Amino acid sequence: MGQWLIDLYSSYESTLGYIGLNSLFALSVYATLCCGQLALGNAGFAAVGAYAAALVTMHAHGPFSLALFAGALAPAILSVPLGLPVLRLKGVFLAIATLGFGEVVRISLVNWDYVNGAQGIVAIPKLTSLWLIYLVLAAAIFVLYRLRGSKWGFALEAIREDEPAARTLGIATHRYKLAMLVLAAVLSGTAGALEAHFTFMVAPSGFTFLRAVDMLVFAVVGGTLTCFGPVLGAAFLTLLPELLREVSPLVGLEPGPLRLLANGLILLAIILFLPEGLASLPQRLVARREGGSG
Amino acid sequence: MSALLEVRGLARAFGGVHAVDRVSFFVEKGEVRGLIGPNGAGKTTVLNLVSGLIRPSAGSIVLEGRSIAALSPHRIAGLGVARTFQNIRLFPDLSALENVLVGEHLRRRPTLLSRLLLLPSAAAEDRRARAQAGFLLARVGLGGRSAIKARHLSYGEQRRVEIARALALDPRLLLLDEPTAGMNAVEAEEVASLVRRLAAEGHAVLLVEHNVRLVMDTCDAVTVLSFGQVIADGPPSAVAQDEGVVAAYLGRARP
Repeated sequence: MGQWLIDLYSSYESTLGYIGLNSLFALSVYATLCCGQLALGNAGFAAVGAYAAALVTMHAHGPFSLALFAGALAPAILSVPLGLPVLRLKGVFLAIATLGFGEVVRISLVNWDYVNGAQGIVAIPKLTSLWLIYLVLAAAIFVLYRLRGSKWGFALEAIREDEPAARTLGIATHRYKLAMLVLAAVLSGTAGALEAHFTFMVAPSGFTFLRAVDMLVFAVVGGTLTCFGPVLGAAFLTLLPELLREVSPLVGLEPGPLRLLANGLILLAIILFLPEGLASLPQRLVARREGGSG
Repeated sequence: MSALLEVRGLARAFGGVHAVDRVSFFVEKGEVRGLIGPNGAGKTTVLNLVSGLIRPSAGSIVLEGRSIAALSPHRIAGLGVARTFQNIRLFPDLSALENVLVGEHLRRRPTLLSRLLLLPSAAAEDRRARAQAGFLLARVGLGGRSAIKARHLSYGEQRRVEIARALALDPRLLLLDEPTAGMNAVEAEEVASLVRRLAAEGHAVLLVEHNVRLVMDTCDAVTVLSFGQVIADGPPSAVAQDEGVVAAYLGRARP
């Protein structure tokens, strides 16, 4: 193997890891979005998963597999009593209530001395490898992909398009919505647990509501018609800062502000010109070519 | 023997408006019961009450001896009540076939686990469900339109997809809310004959319709509503002669 490959890997390991992690976060937003529910408690679920996993590793000295299991299970358990009342809300009210849940989690962690309050838990051993992140991501994509076309998948699409009509067809809509919220909690909790063991630390400041908004932006930019869109959006927006770092000296802006500016412009452009997301770009181009020739 | 559906003293008020006021009627097995009346008479509200989308303020709705007035829509659907909507409510981004597949929800076996394990039984179940949906589309005369998105179908076609979707529940009671609105005479006659065939097969049908000729030709019995109240009930020919009904539709002559 060439030395250059090893160099490439070591210099981009963090970026590659974050593409996978952000894809999982984006899929966790997609899980509820695909049945029409704009639920944004994912930063809260990620925090619960990350802390649960970190506590298993650091305080209980449990094996990593147990930490990951705790990271998936703890937010899943929490999502049921959260979902039962808040999933009665619709649209933006559901978004506000779930963002509120995320803030409750964050502020509770800030005030919890056992986990070092605002400082968070540090010196977590790095147990997450790239292949593990991508294994979990592949499993998540597989489950969401196989959902399509099943009785479940059609029920979710029906709920997204017309919930009352779905109910008159015998679909127990509240159960499906709750199940997808639990899946969202499992996905973001697992990603949070992986992240905690990838970056050596967890702190409440990593789970502000802006984090949940970021996850939503990944999904919207990539497109939410299929489960590949959120992955594409997460990959694109995670790579973007790397590209912008090269560009920033040319345009005379610091990479940080430039990233925010670029993210905002991209989101705006997607919503205006490509509302079904980046994933729909190939179809759009084909349709355009056929339209032009015909 | 009691009727399949017994509605007694049904009432629903929106604010101070009595949209439905002490309405009673029965639908027998294999019977087509027409529900007619001028605009705003409360016909659609009755369908919404029977299908569980709204709750009655008073009165009882009994399906085969079981009270369904307090059940949620998906439970009522599970007992064999299917409906269509006056303002068509298909899933616009799903194809005609997929819309009907959603209607098969209660009859499909759960296959998620076998799908995740890539078992062939899941694919077999899919094929069976799709074949059934295709059969139902053919039954409403849309056999060749199954792959087209609902939003791209014509108005009359969308109404027929909605009927096929409701039939996918294999309902004992079918609630049709103006199924021929916006159709031409030929399409309307096709729907009318479909309704008669369904009744002959033993389905009970509650039909809300404005097309008077269709009601006369199709229904075994008619209930007439005006301002939320029943003003006439009986066979179509008798109802058509009723002075109160004529007055409700056309107004009363000055004395």
